[in-house]
Amino acid sequence: MREAAGHPPYLYPDYKSTRLRAPKEPPVILPKALSDISGPAYGHGRIGEVDDDLTRQHEGEPLGERIIVTGRVLDGDGRPVRKGLVEAWQANAAGRYTHHKDQHPAPLDPNFSGAGRCLTDDEGRYRFVTVKPGAYPWKNHDNAWRPAHIHLSLFGSYFRSRLITQMYFPGDPLFEHDPIFQSVRDPKAQRRMISRFDLETTEPEWALGYRFDIVLEGREATPFERPHA
Amino acid sequence: MSLEPTPSQTIGPFFHDALLERDLTELVSPDYPGAIRISGFIYDGAGEPVTDAAVEISQAGPISFEENPNTLDGGFSDWGRSGTADGGRFSFVTLKPAPVPAADGTSQAPHVNVLIFARGLLRQVITRLYFPDEVAANAADPVLSLIENQTLRETLVAHDEGDGSYRFDVHLQGEDQTVFFELAG
Repeated sequence: MREAAGHPPYLYPDYKSTRLRAPKEPPVILPKALSDISGPAYGHGRIGEVDDDLTRQHEGEPLGERIIVTGRVLDGDGRPVRKGLVEAWQANAAGRYTHHKDQHPAPLDPNFSGAGRCLTDDEGRYRFVTVKPGAYPWKNHDNAWRPAHIHLSLFGSYFRSRLITQMYFPGDPLFEHDPIFQSVRDPKAQRRMISRFDLETTEPEWALGYRFDIVLEGREATPFERPHA
Repeated sequence: MSLEPTPSQTIGPFFHDALLERDLTELVSPDYPGAIRISGFIYDGAGEPVTDAAVEISQAGPISFEENPNTLDGGFSDWGRSGTADGGRFSFVTLKPAPVPAADGTSQAPHVNVLIFARGLLRQVITRLYFPDEVAANAADPVLSLIENQTLRETLVAHDEGDGSYRFDVHLQGEDQTVFFELAG
């Protein structure tokens, strides 16, 4: 089941918004033979030249710590997801989103929109250049702060591959206080949401590098076994 | 090799610039002969509209397209995405899908896969929209047949609003909760 694989439950009361939105009736289990196997051929349109570089989408450069975020998108068998759409969005270095509903009194950055997208290559690799997002307060509970994170939306080869997740940064002291991070209960699964600093990805005199590999659900069907006569 | 999946996390409230900047609600041009509209509202457990959801649909092509993939000359997409900022309402223009053959040899009634992402949903919910004018096909559909309770089954059938418009409201929680699916492991 999904939770056994490390996914969060729908209802996690510490994250208040789940209380009125989490379905409470048990789901109907869709047997493999009846679910749609392949993923959609989503019409993502053309990827623009600076779609994967969030530091070059405006006239000037955004403030903040310039970073490179890269990794591979794999399926459950460890095979690369090729030409998969990766969409990303994040707060600016001060912890503020451009969204009109974000009321956090931190400055907007006229040179940063915080939205990007790219396609994976033949090895399943994606790469974004951006600035490290800031932590920000939210109203979930008293003195609540979200750890710095980048939202990632991914498509794979299968209907079940569709994933939206958040990539975190190593060693963040806010993990233990964040109910969204903690909604994933298994410590091993939690670690699968944390990027790692990577000196090889880091470019001298220019940007720190973070590696984040993503595994989507779905794998090739097991071959039918011949029943014993 | 078998790898454990990256866990799902909520889409949060601030995805609009990244995910909804382009209009992805028309799987086919509204002028295309036979184009239909499917729309509806998303409600939470208090009956309030959910105005910050992202709804994604995917589906088979129409019968003519399944029989001859060149019919539409690339003018049809099998996937779409809509926000719900308009008072909790999503809306798509598409073509009615053909029945879908299942791996076990049966046929599934025409349906549209519906995924909903929102703040407060730690992972997407998965449901299906069926068509009210497919009574016989729906009755024989192997997925609808998994749902014993007739009232619950009805939560997956859209309402015909005439003029090629179908309405499909989704209740995430509460007495009228829509049936959601989980894919077997």
